[in-house]
Amino acid sequence: MTNPVPRRALLAAAALLAAPAPLRAQPSLRLVVIGGGFGGASAASFARRNHPDVQVTLVEPQRAFVTCPYGNLLLGGERRIGQITHSYDGLRARGVTVIHDRAAGVDAAARRVRLAGGQSLSYDRLILSPGIALRWGAIEGYDEAAAGLMPHAWVPGDGSQTLLLRRQLEAMPDGGVVGLAIPANPFRCPPGPYERISMIAHYLKRHKPRSKILALDAKEGFSKQGLFQDGWRALYGDMIEWVPGNRDGKVVRVDVRERVLETEFGTRHKVDVANIIPPQSAAAIAREAGLANDTGWVPVDTRSFEARAAAGIHVIGDANIPGPMPKSGYIASTTARQAVASAIALHRGQNPPEAVYFNTCYSHVGEEYGISVVGIFRPNADGTAIVEVPNSGGVSPRGDLPAQRRLEALHADAWYDSITGYMFG
Amino acid sequence: MIVSAVRIILPAALAALLAGPAAASGPAPLAAEGCLGCHGPEGRGASGIAALAGRDRAELVAILTAFRANERPGTIMGRIARGYTDAEIAAVAEHFSRLR
Repeated sequence: MTNPVPRRALLAAAALLAAPAPLRAQPSLRLVVIGGGFGGASAASFARRNHPDVQVTLVEPQRAFVTCPYGNLLLGGERRIGQITHSYDGLRARGVTVIHDRAAGVDAAARRVRLAGGQSLSYDRLILSPGIALRWGAIEGYDEAAAGLMPHAWVPGDGSQTLLLRRQLEAMPDGGVVGLAIPANPFRCPPGPYERISMIAHYLKRHKPRSKILALDAKEGFSKQGLFQDGWRALYGDMIEWVPGNRDGKVVRVDVRERVLETEFGTRHKVDVANIIPPQSAAAIAREAGLANDTGWVPVDTRSFEARAAAGIHVIGDANIPGPMPKSGYIASTTARQAVASAIALHRGQNPPEAVYFNTCYSHVGEEYGISVVGIFRPNADGTAIVEVPNSGGVSPRGDLPAQRRLEALHADAWYDSITGYMFG
Repeated sequence: MIVSAVRIILPAALAALLAGPAAASGPAPLAAEGCLGCHGPEGRGASGIAALAGRDRAELVAILTAFRANERPGTIMGRIARGYTDAEIAAVAEHFSRLR
């Protein structure tokens, strides 16, 4: 006996589920994405997963992406470089055209991107996720050459900066001083310097327990401060000294040869290993395209992430001015989706979709000791501001909560696998 | 016979159409995209973090509502759920309940 295929039922089901016909009739939209980090890779992945009719080209000079998140665990001896390095093959398999070249310039009027290798790409919509530039010279004596001796390890590139800092920590004798210079807001990854302090302490406690960490900060306070300082006291005793800006913590000058960090009021701190996290701005391509304002960062429509200064260019990730949202990988990734969905809608003469932006930043303070900050944000109706949803989000509870800390450390690892799996898987 | 075949095959056809990366249900609601950063691509879960794909819609709504009301213990989900509206919770639950 054969069961006849219920054609009418299948056709009805297919009709209910098929993508709306008008979308298919449109000419294919050319989306160019500059930058293959948390913003750009998420944008390319989201576009291909949800809008398979869109042509996506990703421009990224690095052959593989080394994440900033979990770079601090490498410094702590808990990860190797291969574990935080991701290939672009997964995006290629999703149908993204990946070009390993540097985007040299954007012509917003002609809607073209010029590549350093001479090629030129036309786009209907550009997703610009170029990341940050380090402001060489903002700290006197700290330029690109100086970073070869005093690493910043804040723009991972091929990973060499993070590996250099790790090697210096390994070479330091027990009893040495690790000095950090931490910038004023805004900068990439607000809790990052403090997780870094934690992970360096984690390494030193095991291998060089007489050593000290001197954290010189331009600010008076920082992200998850109470939680970090609780953890530092509990895990590392008096190993860590944090000096805020109002106690002469702001580093204004470095002497690379002498390994001296000099603060605003002339105190000279001689250290054995120095990690300089300098002041930052949007990456050069955004500034050279005239998209940044005099802060050095890019103002955007808070609903579509279209740059205020140029139609058709959506700026996401650490380069933009995100209102109350942090410059984090998670925000880069969730706003990437909204930017792509908005770019497609606007190209088709529709309004950007309703938006909700979501952030979770985990930090490792020590072994099985994780803390977090959560934020849920919405743009206002006219795209001029972003507000955090009242009574939501916030940081982990304080107090002696070992089970919570252990779970959050586990969840941090799962976060890393999930978000990079989405971006590159 | 045709009636029974419809009963058997239609759900299977629906499941087939809804499965896989090109799930014909269209783009996920953007509120659900926010979950994927921890709960894994397609909400499949990650080590120590619950899978969302294929869970019962009403169960997901109940869990999120309890987190929001501070009636369910957790590490960060209470802080998260308090940021979402009823409509977003419903859309998120609907989306993940339809994934396999």
